[in-house]
Parts: sequence; structure tokens; C-alpha cells
Amino acid sequence: MARMTGRRILFAAPVLLVVTFGVFAVAAASPFDPVKAYAGTAGLTASQENLDQLRANLGVDQPLVGRWWHWLTSAVTGDLGDSVVMRRPVADVIAERLGWSVLLAVTAFVVAILLGTALGVPAARRQGGRLDRAASSAAYTLEAAPAFWLGLLAMWLFALKLGVLPAGGLTDTASDVITFGQVASHLVLPAAVLGVSQLPWFFLYVRQGVADALEEDPVRGARARGLSERTVLLGHALRSGMLPMLTLVGSRVPELITGALLVETVFSWPGIAAATVQAATAVDFPLLAALTVLATVAVLAGNLLSDVLYGLADPRVGFDG
Amino acid sequence: MLSRSIRGAAAATLAGTLAITAAACSKPGESAGGHGAGDSAVVGIAYEPETLSPLLGYGKDGNSKIFDGLLTFDEEMTLKPALAAELPEVGDDGRTYTYTLREGVKFSDGKPFTSKDVVFTYKTILDKKTNNASKTELDAVKDVRAEGDHKVVFTLKYPYAPFAERTVLPIAPEHVAGRQDVNSGAFTTEPVGTGPYILTGWSKGEKLSFKANPRYWGGEPKVKKFTMAIIKDDDVRATRLRAGDLDGAILPPNLAKTFKDDGGRTTYAARSFDYRTVTLPTHNKVAGDTDVRRALDVAVDRQAMVDRILEGAGKPAYGPVPTDSPWFAKGTERTHDLARAKKILDEAGWKAGADGIRVKDGVRAEFPLWYLSGDKLRQDHALAYASDAKKAGIDIKTQAGTWEVIMPRMKHDAVLAGGGAPGDPDFDQYALLQSSLAGDAFNNMARYDNPAVDKALDDGRRSGEKADRKAAYDTVQRELVKNPGYTFLTHIDHLYVVDDKWSGLTTQTEPHDHGLASGPWWNVEDWTPKK
Repeated sequence: MARMTGRRILFAAPVLLVVTFGVFAVAAASPFDPVKAYAGTAGLTASQENLDQLRANLGVDQPLVGRWWHWLTSAVTGDLGDSVVMRRPVADVIAERLGWSVLLAVTAFVVAILLGTALGVPAARRQGGRLDRAASSAAYTLEAAPAFWLGLLAMWLFALKLGVLPAGGLTDTASDVITFGQVASHLVLPAAVLGVSQLPWFFLYVRQGVADALEEDPVRGARARGLSERTVLLGHALRSGMLPMLTLVGSRVPELITGALLVETVFSWPGIAAATVQAATAVDFPLLAALTVLATVAVLAGNLLSDVLYGLADPRVGFDG
Repeated sequence: MLSRSIRGAAAATLAGTLAITAAACSKPGESAGGHGAGDSAVVGIAYEPETLSPLLGYGKDGNSKIFDGLLTFDEEMTLKPALAAELPEVGDDGRTYTYTLREGVKFSDGKPFTSKDVVFTYKTILDKKTNNASKTELDAVKDVRAEGDHKVVFTLKYPYAPFAERTVLPIAPEHVAGRQDVNSGAFTTEPVGTGPYILTGWSKGEKLSFKANPRYWGGEPKVKKFTMAIIKDDDVRATRLRAGDLDGAILPPNLAKTFKDDGGRTTYAARSFDYRTVTLPTHNKVAGDTDVRRALDVAVDRQAMVDRILEGAGKPAYGPVPTDSPWFAKGTERTHDLARAKKILDEAGWKAGADGIRVKDGVRAEFPLWYLSGDKLRQDHALAYASDAKKAGIDIKTQAGTWEVIMPRMKHDAVLAGGGAPGDPDFDQYALLQSSLAGDAFNNMARYDNPAVDKALDDGRRSGEKADRKAAYDTVQRELVKNPGYTFLTHIDHLYVVDDKWSGLTTQTEPHDHGLASGPWWNVEDWTPKK
């Protein structure tokens, strides 16, 4: 396992290199003009001379490869450069936002996995039963529902109609102090919405996996040996039935990132999403490159995690190497 | 058991992350309570500033809450002294402006404010290395120097009557901002100023928090705690206002309407200089034809646009100056008159072709009209304009695009543009109409070229007498009737819904740009809680 992990990490370096270059190349080819994005509405009254000076100051008149190389060599030494659109060093921008995004995503992930398992197992045991039918049709509906729509719906119901949960932000809008209780209560809605938007995949995978496992010989054998239903289900069926879901954990990471983007916007969650969107539309090279590296790392780590979990859960699967 | 270990690990991770992030971000030593409901206000705004540094353009139109300018605007957009003790003395035929500064003013860090800070602020903005996109506005400045601690003298390159209106821009402290990178230093997010409020927190993408400045030279504000929540989505803002999370918010007309019968809230419509206009490029064979321009000017039904697109929150526009401004030239209103539009075109030789579209000398009366994609308001204006033009026999094809797509086409294609600066008539009109600025970035997009207008614009900015200036801008507006290089459509009111918890709420005349201090909270420092 250590060898596989090591090899994957070695493999990640060239991938990241290619990805960052890709970001610079795509951004350079994009029709967006970083100078206009920087200037904003002020640019609409600025003289051409002023705009040209900005272009030179921001260094966006440099050729693509030179700019990328400069960014890369500075990044290796720990200097991620200054974000043009935020007027701050990139490291600061990421540091003040990343934690909140991670918190949201991890909580949502846990919600999705737990709920998916809790609903999937009983549904698999009684396929075609009332719970199965209700949960399955809900899952298919949810698959089609965009996360931001779910967000607005949840806000309308829980914040407006019932008034039980805050409608957005990290803490009460009037409060400056960030406390555990405040964050926890504000986390409920966005995390639940993001989790529920991921739920259908987990639910359907668990349901299918466990249902298949229940038909497998070892499970039937266990049943035939007269083991308790509980032992059969948890000890045998769930164990092999959960395997497909472990793969899913890794492959859902990109979806989770894009889902978080929308949910953060709806709930004014001060995570990395807003920065990502701004960085992209403003062709903010340093910020965009750093964020892309982060996302790539998250995806690669997600894949690694699911392989490791898979290997741990099923000893028959060797680690590649 | 696998599921149990995953659950355990996840719970541990979650608890850990929560603990770390909460610990890293909390600010111990600051108490949350201690304020009654009446002395704290929370408002929802749609835009987040990129920076709070005046050196990079924040608050340049005045009223920045954290900072003060030398001068400031009151409700009627009349200048009054702020950091200056009185209005400036103008000398050398409008080429020098001398400001005497208010004494005893301190920055929120306790350090005194002096003339050095003023000189530092203006010199830094004008520095080529400073990434300030608005520095063109200070083009007239040749030099700024301090005379002692409490006097500042500006020397201008040419006489510039509205220069005093430019000096509302906020003054930054040299002892803080002068010691760091002006483009990315900490000052861009941790401002220190002389204003009525002190920034206590800026959670990017979420909110800006302020507390009253106890040392404010104008007296400590009654609203002790002020929060601006950044909520980009209109529906979410309305929802959070209704849920009681916000005390006030900016809303589009259709959502503001839903609060109409709400007993505890009042809707404020801020008058604005925010116009929507169609550029008629001089280099286009059809749009450049004066008769076509005049016909379009009367063919368009402005009142219908106000009623249907703006739901009544606005008024017809006949030029950059709104009809209720003292600078408006009475008698230049044009009523909707389709018959007259047709007559103008008939007499000019634009004859209707087989498909109803007019033709003259083999040129078909058609041109493209671009609008910014994603901007619903501009799209609606563009479609209404094209439909009105069609009735007069002019075929306008509307197309959506980003500025990157539109900009290279501006020489020949029409654009649905917006703008508006209430500070002085010179601000908008010079850049919009002066022929020497034709095609200079976004200035004079239509490449309008009218010697009478050029002369009037120069007279308007050089003359110090208000009556002379009024006459000059009257000339500009009358010339625009004879040869409209733009079809002005509407001036848009900005709507705000606010709880009835305070007395003294008003709105200021607002620019095109929604600044942080637009809305009834332009003077939140003067609000008093209702008992």
C-alpha cells in the first residue's frame, strides 16, 4: 500500500505540471481580458493610456510560457504571487477561505454517506417494498434537481416558513464573533443541501451493491448455516456490498467541488467558491492556477483514498504493485 | 466493523476541522452582546468591493464610511467641507485650488491627520505603478503640495471647474499605507481612516462589519454596529430580508413590489443619474445618418419602457442629465411620435422597401445592437428599442455579447450602454461626447463629432460661473436634439426596502455604479433609533 501511495504521489507531479500549464494556456486563449476585469466599472471611463499602463503593471502583456514559468518557479519557493482580482497575496486569499469550504464539503460528504447507507441497506433487503420505492423515486428526482434550487427551497422552508435555521452566512449576520455554536447552526442547511444533492448516487450504489451481495454464494451460505440476519447483513452483505461505494467516494470529489460552488453562493458561505468564479472570469492567473492545483490534488487524493479503502475493505484486491 | 470505523474517522475529522477553523478564526476579547436592537443595523448589498483602499479607487465618489474626503456631498449632491475646514479657494483663473484642513482630526489608530496624508494620497493615485483604474478622473492635476500641516494646494494643467467635486475621494494615512505595497498590501483589506465607522471584519463573500468610531470628528454615530451582508442573488436577499435576518436591502423592482403592503418596512426609491442609452456610431451608414437618429429619437416609446421594464421605478431620459436635475435643459423632452418619425424618414428619402424596411441609395436601414450578455435589464431595453424602431421601418438586430466581444465592434455597431455620475455634468458628458476622445477605450463610444458640442463642453469645464456653465450644458442638450448621437432611453431608480426602526432616512442621488454607500445607508452615521 505504501508503494502504491508513493507511486501515485510521484505520478501526481507531472499531472499537476501539465494542469497548471493547461490553466495558463486556456486562460490566455480565453476571450476575457484581465485588465477589464481588474478595472471593473472604473474601466468604462478610463482612458486607453490608463488601461495600457494597467496592462503593463499587472504583467499580463507577457508571453504565455514566460508567465507560467515565472509563476511555477515562484510557487515552488512558496510564493504564490498576488491575486489580481482580490488585491491580496494568493496564499492569504486561500488561507482565509479554504477551511470553510473543507468543513462544508466534509460534512456534506459524511451526511451523504451515512444517509445513503442508512437508506440503501433496508431498501436492498426489501426491494420493491414501500421504503425502497419511496427512496428510489426520491433519489431519481434528486439526481435531476440542481443544488442551488434545493438550496433556495431549503432556505424558504427552514428559514422563512419555519424559522428554525439561519438562512445564510457563517454566523448571525450582525455578529462579528465566530463561535462553534454559531458555525454549527449555520452549517446545517448548506451541508444538508450539499449532502442531499450527493445522496442519490450513494443511495443507489449501496442499494445495488447490497442487493447483489445478498444474492452471492457466501451470503446464501451464511444464511444456510443459520447465522442471525444481523450478522449476515452487516458481516457479509454489507461488507462486499459497500465496495462499489468506496470507488464512488473518490469519484464524487469533483462533483462535490462543483456542488459546493453553487451551495456556497446561495448561502453566502465564505468559502473558496466565490473566489474561484471570480478568478476564472477575471483571468486572475496566479489565483486560478493555485486553485486549480488544489482541486487537482483533491481529485487525485480522492481517487487514492477510494483505492486504499477498497484494498482495506476487500483483502482479495491487491494494491497495484 | 468497516462502517463504524468510517463513521468514527469522519466524525473525528469533522470535529477536528471544526475546532481548528473555529479556533483559527474566532476573535477572542471581543464581546458580541451589549447593544440594543436599535443601535445595530444589518443591510444586504449585491456587490462586494475588491478592495477598501482609496488608493486603488475605493470610495472615489465620496461617502466611503471608513474614510473622509476633503469635501463630501449632501443629500442634494451639494458640496460641503469634510476634512477640509471650508470649501476651497480657487485662484489663478481656476488653475489652483487651496484647501485649509480641519484641525484635531485623528485616524482611527489615534495618529493625527495632516496635509502630508492628502499629498500622499493624491500622489500615490497618480503614480504610474499604482493599479488605479480611475486615475483618469484626476487628469487635470499637475501638482499637489502641502503648505504647513493644515493647508494643501493643487495646481491644475487647465482650468477645471468641477475639480472640487473630485476631491471627495477618501484620504489614506501615509503612516500606514505608505509602508506597504500599494497594490496588494494589507491596507487593501484592513483600512485605517478618519471616517464615522471602523472596519471590524471583512469575511470575503459574506459580509463587512463596522463599529462606530468613538473619535469621529463629526460626533460618534448612534448606530453603533453596522453590517453589510454580501448577497449576490436577488431572491436570496429578499428571502433573508423577509426572514428578519436583514434590516434593509437593495432589491429589483419586481421583488421590492412584494414588500409594498408590509407595515413594518418602507420602500425607498433613490433618484439616480443611472441611464441606459443606445450608441449610434457615426461610422455606421445608417446609424450615422442624422435623419435616422432624429427619427429613432421620437420613434422610441420611453414611457412604455419605464412602465413595463422598470415597473415604474424610473423616468424617461432625453440625455445624460435626468429631467429632475437642475442641470436639465427644459424643453428638450421628446414625446413618442411614430408619425413624426416616419415623416422625418420619408422626407429624408428613406423609402419603405417590399418588406417594410426602408432603403436609401441602395442602403438598407438596418444595423446591429449589442447588449451585455446576462444583463436582463439591458436586454429588455434593447428588445424594446428594436421593436419600436421596426415600426418606423428600421431593422435593428439585437445581439448579446461580453465587453470583449462588443468592444472591437463599437466603431460600426450600436451598443446598449449605461452610465451616470451625479457629481457634475462634466463627468459624464465630456467623456461621452467630446470628439477628441472618440474611440478612446470606452469614452465616446459612438464617436460623436459635433463642433458646437465640443466647444460647449470645453466652456462648461473651464468656466467658474454657475450660470455660464448652465448655459454651456443647455447648449449640449439642445445640440443632442438636433443631432442625437445616442438614443437615451431611461434613468433608473434604485429601490431599497428598510425596516422602520430608525428616523432620518433619506437617499442621495445615485450614480450608475452601486457603491457600498448607496442606498438609505448613505448617511447611516446620522440615523437615530426610534423609541
